[in-house]
Amino acid sequence: MTDQPPSFKHELLTTLPSLRAFAVSLCRRSDKADDLVQDTVMKAWAKQASFELGTNIKAWLFTILRNEFYSQMRKRGREVQDSDGVFTERLSVHPSQYGIMDLGDFKKALDRLPDDQREAIILIGASGFSYEEAAEICHCAVGTMKSRVSRARTRLQDLLQVTGESDYGPDAVSAQVTSGPNVR
Amino acid sequence: MRDNKLMNAMGSVGRRRDEELGPNSDIGNKLRALYGAVQEEGIPPKLLELLDRLDEAEQRAAKPPTD
Repeated sequence: MTDQPPSFKHELLTTLPSLRAFAVSLCRRSDKADDLVQDTVMKAWAKQASFELGTNIKAWLFTILRNEFYSQMRKRGREVQDSDGVFTERLSVHPSQYGIMDLGDFKKALDRLPDDQREAIILIGASGFSYEEAAEICHCAVGTMKSRVSRARTRLQDLLQVTGESDYGPDAVSAQVTSGPNVR
Repeated sequence: MRDNKLMNAMGSVGRRRDEELGPNSDIGNKLRALYGAVQEEGIPPKLLELLDRLDEAEQRAAKPPTD
């Protein structure tokens, strides 16, 4: 194994931020996501001989990460699933930087989607994969991927409309806290 | 309608993003904002160290034995 392609590490590095964002969306919290990315990097490194340079490293890495995630989930059982508050909490740490205030509600709605629909809409809408690539990553048919994305979209639209005013629970509280000094 | 065509021409060069989640779509934009926020956090140092260690270990292994 002396003919190590030097650019493998480089290609890995370029993909890491996006891979990590996908991991966060799967795990819903960043510490778990970082562990998952780390496991993925080690797997990928060990398997790099099976990767052909010049082919789609991003899709290859996403596939490894996703397989790893679901195999860990199966091992641990579903108890690792967090309630939908965690990611939202974490987002609210730096809302101003990204104008993310209203993204808290969006994230909550996203977390309410079934896993297969959530990952589908993220791979297509945010990670920038084609339906064909996303279908390959998720080991499903292209048609299945399309229908998952479409159902996810409809569901999100419904949830966001419903969520609009009434479901303001924690946000209303934090709004009160931040605007607290109204009291004279 | 003309706007849609323009958006398509601008937004999907060489890329096949779902039109319904394209730059015109509120959901699409929010998805990307959320995703982008995590992306911009950068790579945790722990991971960079791991990559360096893997790289080093490999280079050491690749060297011919010294004796």
